[in-house]
Amino acid sequence: MPKVIIDGQEVEAVEGGTILQTARQAGIEIPVFCYHERLKIAGNCRMCLVEIEGAPKPVASCAMPVAPNMVIHTKSEVAQKAQKGALEFLLAHHPLDCPICDQGGECDLQDITMAYGSGQSRYEEDKRAVPEKNMGPLVKTHMTRCIHCTRCVRFVQDVAGTQELGGISRGEDMEITTYLDQVLTTELSGNVIDLCPVGALTSRPYAFKGRPWDLTKTESIDVMDALGSNIRIDTAYLSVQRILPRLKEDINEEWLADKSRFACDGLKRQRLDTPYKKNSKGHLEPCSWEEAFSLIAEKIKKSSGKRIAALAGDMADVESQMALLDLMRSLGSPHTDCRQDSAISLPSIRSSYVFNSGLHGIDRADFCLLINTNLRREAPLLAARLRRRYGEGGMTVASLGGPVKKRDELTFPVNNLGADPGVLEELLDGSHKTCKALKRAKRPMLIIGQEALSRPDGDVILGKLRLLAEQYNLIKKEWCGFNVLQKAAGRVGGLDCGFVPGDAGWSTNLILKASERGDLDIIYLLGADELDMTSFKKTFVIYQGHHGDRGAMAADVVLPGAAYTEKSATYVNTEGRVQRTRKALSPPGEAREDWKIIISLAKSLGQALPYKSIEELQDRLVRANSVFNHLDHLTENSWGVFGSPEGMLLNDPFILSDTSYYMSDVISRSSETMARCVQDIEQSKIESGEKKSHD
Amino acid sequence: MLQDKDRIFQNLYGDAGWDLKSARARGDWGNTRDFIAKGKDFLVEEVLNSGLRGRGGAGFSTGRKWSFMPKLDNKPHYLVINADESEPGTCKDRDIIRHEPHKLIEGALLAGVAIQAHVGYIYIRGEYTREAERLQAAINEAYQEGLLGKNAAGSEWDFDLYLQRGAGAYICGEETALLESMEGKKGQPRLKPPFPAIIGLYGCPTIINNVESIAVVPTILRRGASWFAGLGVPDATGTKIFSISGHVNKPCNVEEELGIPLKELIETHAGGVRGGWDNLLAIIPGGSSVPLLPKHICETVKMDFESLRSVKSGLGTAAVIVMDKSTDIIRAIARLSKFYMHESCGQCSPCREGTGWMWRLLTRIAEGRARIADIDKLLDISYQVEGHTICALGDAAAWPVQGLIRHFRDVMVTRIKQSAA
Repeated sequence: MPKVIIDGQEVEAVEGGTILQTARQAGIEIPVFCYHERLKIAGNCRMCLVEIEGAPKPVASCAMPVAPNMVIHTKSEVAQKAQKGALEFLLAHHPLDCPICDQGGECDLQDITMAYGSGQSRYEEDKRAVPEKNMGPLVKTHMTRCIHCTRCVRFVQDVAGTQELGGISRGEDMEITTYLDQVLTTELSGNVIDLCPVGALTSRPYAFKGRPWDLTKTESIDVMDALGSNIRIDTAYLSVQRILPRLKEDINEEWLADKSRFACDGLKRQRLDTPYKKNSKGHLEPCSWEEAFSLIAEKIKKSSGKRIAALAGDMADVESQMALLDLMRSLGSPHTDCRQDSAISLPSIRSSYVFNSGLHGIDRADFCLLINTNLRREAPLLAARLRRRYGEGGMTVASLGGPVKKRDELTFPVNNLGADPGVLEELLDGSHKTCKALKRAKRPMLIIGQEALSRPDGDVILGKLRLLAEQYNLIKKEWCGFNVLQKAAGRVGGLDCGFVPGDAGWSTNLILKASERGDLDIIYLLGADELDMTSFKKTFVIYQGHHGDRGAMAADVVLPGAAYTEKSATYVNTEGRVQRTRKALSPPGEAREDWKIIISLAKSLGQALPYKSIEELQDRLVRANSVFNHLDHLTENSWGVFGSPEGMLLNDPFILSDTSYYMSDVISRSSETMARCVQDIEQSKIESGEKKSHD
Repeated sequence: MLQDKDRIFQNLYGDAGWDLKSARARGDWGNTRDFIAKGKDFLVEEVLNSGLRGRGGAGFSTGRKWSFMPKLDNKPHYLVINADESEPGTCKDRDIIRHEPHKLIEGALLAGVAIQAHVGYIYIRGEYTREAERLQAAINEAYQEGLLGKNAAGSEWDFDLYLQRGAGAYICGEETALLESMEGKKGQPRLKPPFPAIIGLYGCPTIINNVESIAVVPTILRRGASWFAGLGVPDATGTKIFSISGHVNKPCNVEEELGIPLKELIETHAGGVRGGWDNLLAIIPGGSSVPLLPKHICETVKMDFESLRSVKSGLGTAAVIVMDKSTDIIRAIARLSKFYMHESCGQCSPCREGTGWMWRLLTRIAEGRARIADIDKLLDISYQVEGHTICALGDAAAWPVQGLIRHFRDVMVTRIKQSAA
């Protein structure tokens, strides 16, 4: 490895890297504003100028490739003068409004000025004022503070891939703005707030809410989609103030999707903070835990296990599902399911329901076939990762049954294979034109959306896809390209712990039908809201959850639980990676952590469960499935036979539901910010889409 | 003084026609095929031996630039000719395009062969409307006669030449900003390295040359590298078009040998300084971006790269701007500062913020609303801009200011003191 000398210290050069990367690796700090390791190099802030012996002038270390035997000075007189100069220019027009700036305390410009700046300004001329831009309900602008580093522009153009942010005008009149003043429509827009090194782009929902040093920071896991992005929950004054991404290379890198970041204000609204029971008039009225439990006990006593069922919702954690499962079995009920949408999977074969290649597998794939999935709504960060892989070249992406709306289109070229399920047959018999590319691919992958598997012929589709994977070399040593993209954060965990129909048990569809027939006395909804509640007219509904949404509205008894920020609980992401949230706050009012509610209920029913603490419950989990033994670990799942490939496919084309990205679950439906997004972003997307179709 | 027989641009003043027939009568397109037949190495070698240095301002050896082209690669090569002549005071390329367009087109073909490019683009300044029409007409003529296109000029080399019009931005004359503009993006200079010879237009190896550099190539080949090298001075060979403007009796473009004394250039060709040589205040010798020279230096300085550098100025585009004693030199330079502020692309901080700062300070000094200490502050800011930017526009904005302070500090001090009194 070639050596270079930086500040008199001999260090190893980063191969193919820049001076800045080499210096950073050696622990030598060079100040930067525009440079960001995940964005294209711009070299425009000039803060990282260093002196190279033999070069006529200082060079931007972020952009200069390192060459063997370079002698570099980062703190020489020339370098320091250049850095000081760059900083003085950046500060020339920058307002001195730090006391009222939301970036205060976490501002690169503040920090670097403290370290490299001069004590006072020599700039005596008039300062520039720049009009605010309307970037929508999420990103608040204060463009006078902008230092034109273009990190936001590069992120939106290159990572998110929507060409909607850019610089207009030139010289000191240059302004960063959205195209024709339209709001940002990318689902990743919140990341520009993190990227902005100054207070030009800040979080609108978090505006003036707090100072970073007042916040309590809790490292946790996101549950708004099934990726399990790593997050940091910032709390103060007994509520969640904001949510930020945490570095996790294999999942979210350092980005976060907008719903995961901004739906947190929904945690403060519509909360169930006390148990409720239905009174004689049919209205819910607050009651005590004892009253709620005794009412349930009374109903259960009158019923039998075969006439009781439980459904787990999309955000249910593994511990509570495990406890509820044990309770149901001890009551004699085999009717349990965690698949509200009835998506097909074979619980005994884990590879039939997880993203087997891992999200990082996308980085190595060379062919990707999307089956009936709307990536921008189901997993925006996965869409961005796929875009990056596409941009690196040597990657073909095809989509069967993909989104039809312009606003859902991926931000890179995708071969559209239409929406006819018959294409699967053509792919299997080799007559489809895509077969050639699929055959040629070294690491092909499938990404299978849940909606393909929740069709009535989901089992057939799953089977055909399994054959496809076997036929086209998707399954081989060190590569499994059979990937199911889950939408619900609680789903893989539920399947892993066995929250599925037991012997002669009913699945979701059958439970609903039984309820309609009057064959079901009691239904226990563990945070399950995405169901047709009219099916339960003849059934006693117990709803356990944290938001007063569809489930609670239909309930006879409501048990207030904890949201993901309020419990330390286990979730398994779509890859099958076991992760644990950390409790950042206590649940509101009388609400309690979900597993505790179930244990207490079991006790009051005289069916005490064999665990008293979370540790004992987690031991129970490991006994149920050894995957829970390893946190943050991808186990290799054995391949097997699943699905019914010999069955007949329906002629109906693949369709995608039109659920709003911003309002897809109980938390985001309660969020004011998300409501604004629907109004300002999705409406504007529709308008601009319509405009385009008129042209 | 250059003899008429050694002038390359025989029709610089448009006395004869610009069209192909007239151009052929002057010897253009004579034996183009034979030069091409000698191969690309011969072409590069001849231009290298002639000592031709780029005529766009930086003065880099044209032959060496061509030799940087990758030899073994499978990407297309491109030739880009920079006709975005926007440096204040400079109007030489305009007259070449108006009156000698075929020299440029023939040169483009020869350069195309030399760098193995099948496609050439001429990026012409947006304001040059008539010139663009004229050049397009000349290109059309060349196509009709088979001098461009498939088997151009019977050379068995395919070469297409396209004219691309700019939209009126000075910065698009910077070679990498020009490439960005051609690709349909905002005209902002690229970071170098990588240099365009490796990664240029559409990511392919590209050579960018000034109009004048390309237009002299056919004549160099015809008359031989040694003829061209014999003209001028050792480090600055050949002839060059000087654009003389400002307070002279007869502003003009004139082709002269490099190394000609500045005083002789003005006295002989431009009819002398308005009101006589003694009425001279200062001269900007190479286009608005180089530092000005006060009269006592102008007496003796020669017009070549090295001589001008030794007096802390530069040859630049060889646009000589003459200012007599009626000039308010501070306001004149302040006006140039405003130009550079207006034309800064806004990409990198020192130029974006520094050009405006310098203009504001200089305006205040010109009006006397300043302190003496502001002069040193201004000088320091100019040093903070110079050499710290992505492209040379920062330098171009800083140098006139530095020249002013270097030679006319007393005028500035007096102005401030008078105003304070």
